[in-house]
Amino acid sequence: MSRKPGTERRSTLNKYQRVAYYPGCALEGTGHAYNASTKAVGKALGLELHEVADWNCCGAMEVKNVDPQVQTYLSSRVMAIAVHEMNAKVVMAPCNGCYHNLKKAEYDLANDEASRQVVDRISKKAGHETYRAGTLETIHALDWIKDGIGEQELKRRLKGSLKGLKVANYYGCMYTRPRHIFPEKDRGPGSESTSQPHFMDDLLAAAGAQNVDFPLKTACCGGAHTLSDSDTSTKLVLNILQAAEAAGAEVIATECPTCHSGLEMHQVRAEKVLGRKTKVRMLYFTQLLGVALGVGPRKLGVHENVSDGLALLKEKGLA
Amino acid sequence: MAIHEKSLIRPEDLKVQDKVVLDGVDVSGHWSTFIQSRVVTDYNEALEEEISALPGGEHIHRCWQCGSCTNSCTVNAVNPDFNPRFWIYLVRMGMESELLRDKDIIWQCVSCNKCTYACPRDVMPEGVMKATAHWLELKGHVPKSKSTQFDEEFTAQVVATGKIEEGRIIRNFFARTGQPLLQDWLLEMAKRVVRRLPFKQGLAMGWAALFRPRTRKWAKASAALGEYIHEQEARNRKALNLE
Repeated sequence: MSRKPGTERRSTLNKYQRVAYYPGCALEGTGHAYNASTKAVGKALGLELHEVADWNCCGAMEVKNVDPQVQTYLSSRVMAIAVHEMNAKVVMAPCNGCYHNLKKAEYDLANDEASRQVVDRISKKAGHETYRAGTLETIHALDWIKDGIGEQELKRRLKGSLKGLKVANYYGCMYTRPRHIFPEKDRGPGSESTSQPHFMDDLLAAAGAQNVDFPLKTACCGGAHTLSDSDTSTKLVLNILQAAEAAGAEVIATECPTCHSGLEMHQVRAEKVLGRKTKVRMLYFTQLLGVALGVGPRKLGVHENVSDGLALLKEKGLA
Repeated sequence: MAIHEKSLIRPEDLKVQDKVVLDGVDVSGHWSTFIQSRVVTDYNEALEEEISALPGGEHIHRCWQCGSCTNSCTVNAVNPDFNPRFWIYLVRMGMESELLRDKDIIWQCVSCNKCTYACPRDVMPEGVMKATAHWLELKGHVPKSKSTQFDEEFTAQVVATGKIEEGRIIRNFFARTGQPLLQDWLLEMAKRVVRRLPFKQGLAMGWAALFRPRTRKWAKASAALGEYIHEQEARNRKALNLE
């Protein structure tokens, strides 16, 4: 973990197999299991992660609401460290919020002179190099496994299978919207789609899961107001949970710590406040891949999930 | 929602007389219904300009009222009164008093960006909703929403330390908005989290609660950000002619 990407050594790993890693704040707290399972899956697949040193918060939704340029600066600082101190070409962020914000900063810095000036000014005062657009590629954990390994290779490395597990793949808002900050998506076959995302479906299908036809893949869980407008969030989450159950899913696979904890929290709240109980469990897609790769559920943090994914995995003979 | 997204006739403007006889014909009740005429005289001609001057509102002038935003809106599906297209119309027309009728729900935009995705004119309606919500607060039409208070708590922590600690944000947010932490569902949630939390992670989270996680070498960035935010606040107030 200590060697930095770009500090040249003989390596057969390509640029997606050896990336700078930006976990973000949530993965050190409520998303701990996502962090653990991402690292465990990387290890099982021989992919390398090099954590960005002294990273800061990307600004999330909250800082953007106070001032969008502050969010752009915060994200740019993370990218500046990856480029100038780690010599990285690619940074991977598993959190949809971080991924989105780095992409947004990239877009703004490439297209908006005012953003460039503000970021340059604050970077100089903060005493570090200014990040320049086009010098770093930001990817999601899904791209990392899809482009670093691919379904065929993943299949070859499986130690087990998710056979018989009915999964609804839930991508959330920030992975695909707004479209303009994701120029690499919607590029035809092989690329990710912003209207019908499928990378998670592809990977989990390769791991043997039975993906159900889930219409709310990119619906909103109300994560932005999960505590400030809980009643709305509970309604939105309940809708997602019930749609997944109606589609026959036993598990909702997630790829974002905010979505994941939002679904779990409002599942409890819907039960307690509205008296509407749902049984579907939430598991990070990395936890599911980890199970298929033969990593122990404890290493994947499955026992930490509030919705008790461990019981389901045991029931299915997967743990 | 289809074309009939909003009825323009308000129930309070519908007038029905219990007893009316016209030219010897009894038209009491239902037959005498008429709509009270309404004259708007208090146009605020600066409204669009002011909202455009706030972050997110820059592209409101591009709107041609197709309604794709309202049609795709997450919150509209939960509450039909939440209507971005209508509010953009009101802002552009300067109909401030009409806009103020919905002042207590505009902040509820969840930033899912479905509107921005659907908009054929790149209005960025999500930004317009945020700008409008800010405008309402800055002008003193509404107190700071819970969302704004959450954002401020979050931003203050990031500026101070470079990172956030979720537990601290939740505690401070609940204290600031006067909400009890001892709610049935929150206790149940906490119980389920703690029951399954591995000892090591529990220790790490306790440690983070006592000693806030920090980004090293953050002091200069913190000062520069504080200064910039202060500057922007002054700029926004000036744009709205506030002292």
